[in-house]
Amino acid sequence: MATCCTKQTEAPLPGDTRKIALVGNPNVGKSVLFNALTGAYVTVSNYPGTSVEVSRGSATINSQQWEVIDTPGMYSIHTITEEERVAREILLHESPDVVIHVLDARNLERMLAMTIQLIEAGLPVILVVNIMDEAERMGLSIDLKLLQQKLGIPVIGAATARKRGIDEIRAAIHAYRCACDQQRFEYSRLLERDINEVATVMQGEYILSRRALALLLLQQDEEITELVRHREGDAFGPLAEKVREIAFDRRESFHLDLSLERKEMVRRIITGVFTAPEKRVVTIAERLSNLATRPLTGVPMLLIVLYFGLYQFVGVFGAGTVVDFLEGKIFEGLFNPWIIGVVKSIIPWEIIQELFVGEYGIITLGIRYAVGIILPIVATFFIFFSFLEDTGYFPRLALLVDRVFKHFGMTGRAVIPMVLGFGCDTMATMVTRTLETTRERIIATILLSLTIPCSAQLGVIISLLSKFPGALAVWSCCLLLLFIAVGFLSAKILPGEAPMFYMELPPMRLPQLGNVLTKTYTRMQWYFLEILPLFVLASVLLWLGKITGFFEKMVSAMTPVMASIGLPKETAVAFIFGFFRRDYGAAGLYELQNKGLMDARQLTVAAVTLTLFIPCIAQFLIMKKERGWKVAGAIGLFVSLLAYGSGYVLNKALLVTGLLS
Amino acid sequence: MKLSEKAEEILEALWIAVEEGGAAFLDPEKMDFPADDPAYRELTGHAMIEIRQGMIYFRPEGIDEGKMTIRRHRLAERLMMDVLNIRGDDGEFKACQFEHLLNEGADVKVCTMLNHPTTCPHGKPIPPGECCHQARAAGDLGVVPLTEFKSGQEGEIAYIQTEDGKKMQKLMAMGVLPGNRIVLTQAYPSYVFRVGYSEFAIDSNLAKEIFVRK
Repeated sequence: MATCCTKQTEAPLPGDTRKIALVGNPNVGKSVLFNALTGAYVTVSNYPGTSVEVSRGSATINSQQWEVIDTPGMYSIHTITEEERVAREILLHESPDVVIHVLDARNLERMLAMTIQLIEAGLPVILVVNIMDEAERMGLSIDLKLLQQKLGIPVIGAATARKRGIDEIRAAIHAYRCACDQQRFEYSRLLERDINEVATVMQGEYILSRRALALLLLQQDEEITELVRHREGDAFGPLAEKVREIAFDRRESFHLDLSLERKEMVRRIITGVFTAPEKRVVTIAERLSNLATRPLTGVPMLLIVLYFGLYQFVGVFGAGTVVDFLEGKIFEGLFNPWIIGVVKSIIPWEIIQELFVGEYGIITLGIRYAVGIILPIVATFFIFFSFLEDTGYFPRLALLVDRVFKHFGMTGRAVIPMVLGFGCDTMATMVTRTLETTRERIIATILLSLTIPCSAQLGVIISLLSKFPGALAVWSCCLLLLFIAVGFLSAKILPGEAPMFYMELPPMRLPQLGNVLTKTYTRMQWYFLEILPLFVLASVLLWLGKITGFFEKMVSAMTPVMASIGLPKETAVAFIFGFFRRDYGAAGLYELQNKGLMDARQLTVAAVTLTLFIPCIAQFLIMKKERGWKVAGAIGLFVSLLAYGSGYVLNKALLVTGLLS
Repeated sequence: MKLSEKAEEILEALWIAVEEGGAAFLDPEKMDFPADDPAYRELTGHAMIEIRQGMIYFRPEGIDEGKMTIRRHRLAERLMMDVLNIRGDDGEFKACQFEHLLNEGADVKVCTMLNHPTTCPHGKPIPPGECCHQARAAGDLGVVPLTEFKSGQEGEIAYIQTEDGKKMQKLMAMGVLPGNRIVLTQAYPSYVFRVGYSEFAIDSNLAKEIFVRK
């Protein structure tokens, strides 16, 4: 049988890279461990289910090279969600040399069931009992030595967030010699007979043990059935027949029986290992958690979080103070005059000077927008978001809004991409992957691309409209109304089943500054690599457009369209910018307003239309990647028409009512 | 004492007419079988009814028996509908046959399993039996869906009832397994419960499929 044991007998060649896979439930600290082992940083979150992509890094332990793979959270080796499937794929096809199962010490009893599954699958498992610090604080005690003895695999206690136990884990990886005993845990006589009957018919070579595969086949796991069908060839017929027979005999309650048997096994294992105090210790975090989840206190708390976090910190501080300083003082006051001087002195041709430091110059426009306006806003938003994420607040917010979101065809889970969308819609569209049904993902994608303004845009628009409080109110009402109307309608129109909501609530904790900052840093890095080229490209295209006169033509071609929603023709420029990035466009409006070209009504109409309009190119590309051409195209068309239509209606409505004039 | 099926049906019809309809008697014309059927003699022989001027009247001894008969009938209806999922005329017909088996303690078992229901599928009251009174006196809620728990209430998971395998596995992965202790910490706007040292939030669709015992 191709299990770890046969593999381990071959002495590892020096210089030969070996593999470590980190597996475990969501939110047990896998990613933190990954970072500690590899030194690289992937986004680590206190929100179950954000590790949608598999991160890989490398580590050197006692001069041996290791490839470390961080897998998405999984609850069981019998997979249900997309993320779990991805995680299992790695176990199935990459044959890691060491599998580290990370679990939460406080939930040892629940999570050990998966350790058993991994051991019986013949995988080379090391168990890391993580979050020991919080378990100790709750008065739980765990006898790791005894646990190791009972499981027959290396067991290490750790608190990875506090760097506790990392050296021991390294040592255990280095010293690992597989001695796994798949038969260690025996099921009831009846189940053992069933497993045996299936396992003995199998002939192919597999990475997982036949014992584990037999159980998965009996659980009617489609992927495994496919894999076995492929591997067994002609021998699959009788095997399938056997599986069908047993599955039919035990159709009443196979899953439940199996779970109960495993639960009983776990109970035997933890007897003497795990001791809990008589009385539950109620921590301050739990009290806070209660406040966050009851509507009566949770809604005011949300408003406080939004007011201080989003409005004061991101809006007033980030988009106000910092932008004024960076854009106004540094760029306009110091950097631009200097760079213009420099460029003009080394490049004699005016046309090339224009490219770098002209009206739409790469440096004077592209870099200035990116660094002077967008960077501070996005940075403050990501600090806010990462902080909130690490406190464990989001799952609580999700349960608070679940009922409301159900009307829009989504579960409370979708609140996380929605909030993230206020930072960057592109990133948020990627995160919609964590939603369970395709229908829910499509609705979330539509709402994100239509009604959620990203932080950069939000910052610019707020400062743009803040001179006319009425305009800001009209703008927010329009977005809110459209969010509700479109959400409600798509829930009615789009086919598919209603989603179900379930979510683990990780304990609330005070985030560690280091984690928040590194997280913000990685997000910023991603964001910058994504947008800076777009800004530069936009500058180049605009420059090209200007020198060829194409730009002029485009502006005049768009003039009737602009006029139909009551806007001066100069706004066409902003809309063309907006095609590259919405915030770019909004920043363009900002300039127009500074020149005093627009009144309150026009500003509002332009802001609403631009906010609703086609998301930036980057988001469209991600939409295409996540949802496919057809859906992305349809959403794009729908959004454009609705944006224009809303602008038109709003303009007429404002003219008729005389509001804002 | 075991009555024949026809005798039981007479008692049922009489009980409905008298106790629920407010009539003084039942016209045998309304029954599906002739007025000279031996079942009438059987009942008069047990001193449960008397027949005066061709009409059927209860004797005091018969009222209790009638009540228990109607109880068995309506329990059988509920069983067909709630548990066996047989509905409509077919369910009615099967209930009529099944009710006659619900004697000698079988009715108590069925009643307990159904958690002492108070109404039949048509909304008519099911007369409470001794087991119902006892359950009420003991304050025993029996097995109820998690949605019936108040926040702060603790219980033991009895079973999960769902036809969706994925839901079942999702719940089991959360540690929702028969025999585990569960504390409902919040019931609105979502259900929040604790199993072991983990907390989970679920919607009412999932919560109503978890059955718990207090």
